[in-house]
Amino acid sequence: MKKEDVPQDKSNLCALNIKELCYATDENGNYTTALSSGWEPKTIALENSILEINERIEQARKDVQNDLVSPIVYFMEVHKMDWITLAGYVGMWTWRVKRHGKPKVFRKLNDKILAKYAEAFEITIQELKNYHGN
Amino acid sequence: METNFVHHQSAHCENGVASNLLKHHGINISEPMVFGIGSGLFFFYLPLLKINHAPAISYRPMPGSIFNKAAKRLGIKVKRVRFSDPRSAQEALEANLKKNIPSGLQVGVYHLTYFPNEYRFHFNAHNLVVYGKKEDRFLISDPVMETVTVLSEKELEKVRFAKGALAPKGQMYYPIHIPSQIDFTTAIKKAIKDTCNNMLAPMPIIGVGGMRFLAGHIRKWPAKKGVKVANHYLAQMVRMQEEIGTGGGGFRFIYAAFLQEAAVILQNNKLNELSAEMTQIGDLWRDFAVNAARVYKNRSNKTDVYNSLADELLHLADLETAFFKKLKKAI
Repeated sequence: MKKEDVPQDKSNLCALNIKELCYATDENGNYTTALSSGWEPKTIALENSILEINERIEQARKDVQNDLVSPIVYFMEVHKMDWITLAGYVGMWTWRVKRHGKPKVFRKLNDKILAKYAEAFEITIQELKNYHGN
Repeated sequence: METNFVHHQSAHCENGVASNLLKHHGINISEPMVFGIGSGLFFFYLPLLKINHAPAISYRPMPGSIFNKAAKRLGIKVKRVRFSDPRSAQEALEANLKKNIPSGLQVGVYHLTYFPNEYRFHFNAHNLVVYGKKEDRFLISDPVMETVTVLSEKELEKVRFAKGALAPKGQMYYPIHIPSQIDFTTAIKKAIKDTCNNMLAPMPIIGVGGMRFLAGHIRKWPAKKGVKVANHYLAQMVRMQEEIGTGGGGFRFIYAAFLQEAAVILQNNKLNELSAEMTQIGDLWRDFAVNAARVYKNRSNKTDVYNSLADELLHLADLETAFFKKLKKAI
């Protein structure tokens, strides 16, 4: 990549005035560095991921509303987590966390366990318990 | 307390931390040099391991491997400590700062407050340097940022003890022994051989073999997984390639910069030619990203666009096979 070809597209970085460092060649073919404000293919890929995450959150919200999954699944999606990551944050086995994703099991959980989830999601136990997908 | 550490921005976090820490200890080593000697160029494809709900495609070796390999080849000893208790992790860091030792940390990105929201996901192999502490705030040099920043005790604890895959467990590292004479020539030769062997490995999941394996799967994605999932996989691939640690094109350019520096040290003009060739391959990786972006932007569902992307990837694998064979011969 030549130095003058270093992309200066609009991206999510612009708002915060952050620039990335790139390696590129100067007019003699020698390597040097240049700052880039963003690159369109990357921005589209990121937007695609964000869209995907939002769809997952919306699906989880509906599932909570229809009593198909527990609020844990919804907040897990909000925090972009998967089962393994969530299990790490609450310090339990993955299979146990997955079980807590069932509404029936979730309703029987005591406050001590709920507190672990609430802390991982940075909300209160009440907020976790009272989330019904509305 | 504050150490006399100088922040330099870099393209990739691990090279940047390594290069900045070594510069602090008086070794003038650039980011591409660390990347090259640490054999940072790599590729693997693990279809069964899912990251962000897409197959794992990585353009870099395991976290920590670049600095470890570079240090070993240069005769530098690096101390790495992990902690189970956040309190002792913070105390050890503060003890280091008191002794004027800026320390590298492995951290999770999700809770990094100075990152833009869109970039905060559960990726636990980010690196930064803590170079001081002022009024309960740690002074942070994050190599991918233009300038230095700060984190509170609580914020730093959160990122050091992020959970999930590759959990950092408070990992802290810093050089403890620097030899008086550093033999760059041997280190560079060893590193180049290692990279060539990795990229040409006769294994279907790593190096050029991994690229060919992936190309075969890309052809099948739309029929097997449906267009929506195929597009998501492709978007994730491009993110891994150009964003998360600047894999594909970005890494090729860093490697080409390394070869240019190596040509001077080894007095080998052939490496200059190969550097130019690597730059061209890097440009083609960027073209691949542009074309892939076009596919998932338009949500095109024709299988031939996936086929043409797969062909492009195969072409890259062929070019790199030829390249690394030549590079191996050149040293």
